[in-house]
Amino acid sequence: MQAKATLFIQCIVDGLYPQVGQAMVRVLERLGVSLDYPKDQTCCGQPAFNSGYRQEARKAAERFIRIFESAECIVCPSGSCVSMVRNHYGDLFKNDRRWVVRARRVAERTFEFSEYLVDVLGFTDVGAAFAGRVTYHESCHLMRGIGVSRQPRTLIAHVKGIDFVEMHDADFCCGFGGAFSVKYPDISTAMLSEKVRNIEHSGAEVVVGCDMGCLMNIQGMLNRKKAGVKTMHIAELLDRSH
Amino acid sequence: MDITTEKYKAVARAGTENPVLQKALAGLQARFGRGTAQAYRELPEGPDLRLVAHDLRMDAVLHLDRLLAALAGKVRGNGGHVYFAQNGEEAVAYCLKVAAENKVKRVVKGKSMVTEEIRLNEALAASGIEAVETDLGEYIIQLAGETPSHIIAPAIHKSKEDVGRLFAEKLRIGYTDDPPTLTRAARKALREKFLSADMGISGCNLACAETGHITTVSNEGNIRMASTLPRIHMVFMGMERVAARLQDLDILLRLLCRGAAAQNMATYVSHISGPRGADNLDGPEQLHLVILDNGRSRMLADPEFREMLCCIRCAACLNICPVYGKIGGHAYGFAYSGPVGAVVTPLMTGINRAADLCQGETLCGACRDACPVNIDIPRMLLLLRAKLADGDSRWGVTRGSLMEKAAYMFWARLMQSRGLYDLAINAGSVFQRALPKNGGMLRFLPPPLNGWTRSRDMQPLADESFSRWWQKNREGDSHGNP
Repeated sequence: MQAKATLFIQCIVDGLYPQVGQAMVRVLERLGVSLDYPKDQTCCGQPAFNSGYRQEARKAAERFIRIFESAECIVCPSGSCVSMVRNHYGDLFKNDRRWVVRARRVAERTFEFSEYLVDVLGFTDVGAAFAGRVTYHESCHLMRGIGVSRQPRTLIAHVKGIDFVEMHDADFCCGFGGAFSVKYPDISTAMLSEKVRNIEHSGAEVVVGCDMGCLMNIQGMLNRKKAGVKTMHIAELLDRSH
Repeated sequence: MDITTEKYKAVARAGTENPVLQKALAGLQARFGRGTAQAYRELPEGPDLRLVAHDLRMDAVLHLDRLLAALAGKVRGNGGHVYFAQNGEEAVAYCLKVAAENKVKRVVKGKSMVTEEIRLNEALAASGIEAVETDLGEYIIQLAGETPSHIIAPAIHKSKEDVGRLFAEKLRIGYTDDPPTLTRAARKALREKFLSADMGISGCNLACAETGHITTVSNEGNIRMASTLPRIHMVFMGMERVAARLQDLDILLRLLCRGAAAQNMATYVSHISGPRGADNLDGPEQLHLVILDNGRSRMLADPEFREMLCCIRCAACLNICPVYGKIGGHAYGFAYSGPVGAVVTPLMTGINRAADLCQGETLCGACRDACPVNIDIPRMLLLLRAKLADGDSRWGVTRGSLMEKAAYMFWARLMQSRGLYDLAINAGSVFQRALPKNGGMLRFLPPPLNGWTRSRDMQPLADESFSRWWQKNREGDSHGNP
């Protein structure tokens, strides 16, 4: 039976990094997954939720549920957004049983991209090839929020020709934290500088991750420093072939 | 100590720019942060013992009334005195009263964060009583006139050169930065204090309701000396720090030592159940147990913050938190720093005045994984932010910023309509043309986003959003083809 997936393309990818969404589409299509994309989608509500604005977050979350609850399987190129849907919708709809039930049904069928490939479809090798030295950044909400760490690492390990190196403290936060990065720029910068130092020390030419929020943060400093290291979403890496 | 939570940003920034602090914090986290995770994995019961411990703690917190009554009954039965203090003032007043009745002139202290919380040292000094800290780190910062910057490593912000200069001045020894020599000098000075003190004051790492004893842990032996040499031993405990049964205490004690310093067990563990008995050769003549509320009942009354009372103050969260690891403990402006401080301090000292503590974290979740009793600190940070966003009468919180509220209401409106959302993206695309570039990225963003571009560039909006690309390239596929 052909796998079917409904795409949830979060705001950062939709507006700033559409190439990541496109790469994800190509990888999934190559694996024979039939895709659809509800064009009314906007946001899961996380930015407002993380800043404490729960009424506003709830409006976005209700819309998300209405749009996606008919989907069989929802796939998103972000661990952070999936963590929001899976871990925080419960808090958001706490006093409203009907919404809690609807939220839980959607959450059960929402997957992060690498998690979907490995755990749902059962792929470890998607036929990608990449010649270069690559390191991996563990995004916090992906790793601690939804427990996804093995899956992207497995997928990366199976890319032909790749030279994978581990960076020091790969699981340390990069200092993004959404509004935190703008409200507390000094702290954010100190954390990011450490992350960038570890990336540079690894000797990698490319830092791969599963969340464009973190990668946008890292890329911002790499670019400012003209460091010569590129950031790449895992979908872009898996879309590469000889 | 003065509460300086309002200065979080400024003190945090100074911390990030202090090379001594940066080196010390990096060393601390490399040693303890990773070590603690390994120590949990090596538990005979496995790392999931943390989850068991969470339930034990939560159960104790929910039955505090009965457990504290049982504890107090046992301690009194063993000849000790128990005093329940509603707040810091009452706790301090009780201590001063007992000191006055017994003509106490000199006090030796084991490290106790509760006494930092209630500013006991200042009160003792004001009453003409000399209170000497005997934990080496606490002794150092007491001599320097500073406050602890870590729950168990209070002088982590000081280098050995700092300590060498301090001891040369205060202890009148020749300058040296050799740690064993400095330690010997402190030991010599403290030994005299121990032998001449009238009262010993300690904290309480855990108490046990079943047996009626309190447990202290240390790696220097100083708490054992402070609690056995002087005539009077006074223990200060936060009212939440009680285990129901001895077997629970065993689990918590093992987790506490792993969380605090990646140790299987601390070097010195004392179980103290009362003053010297008729057949004992040594020990204090009087034992006083002060059980402090100071805002804890208020946390207990709120089902959403009750979980914070599970905390056993081991500092595991400080040893892993990437924010603490950059800013140090002084930024938090109160006795408790790091992730635990970010939740406890607002609840104890006021959510509005500690707003930056609630918001100044990335919610990375490392603290939750490091916690020996698996407390969900990010959940409570999110909740505190919600109280700041919309105000909260129960906790007396006024709304943080009307401008921000308006901005998020506008955001919510945009999210309700894909048309408006696209319009906003288009407006942004036009606007960004005027911004300075750096290698394809934006070099500068206007306020309130300028914090971002102080140290990094920003990815510009793409010419074509994913949504539009999909409609152009795949629309037929998703609806038409089988």
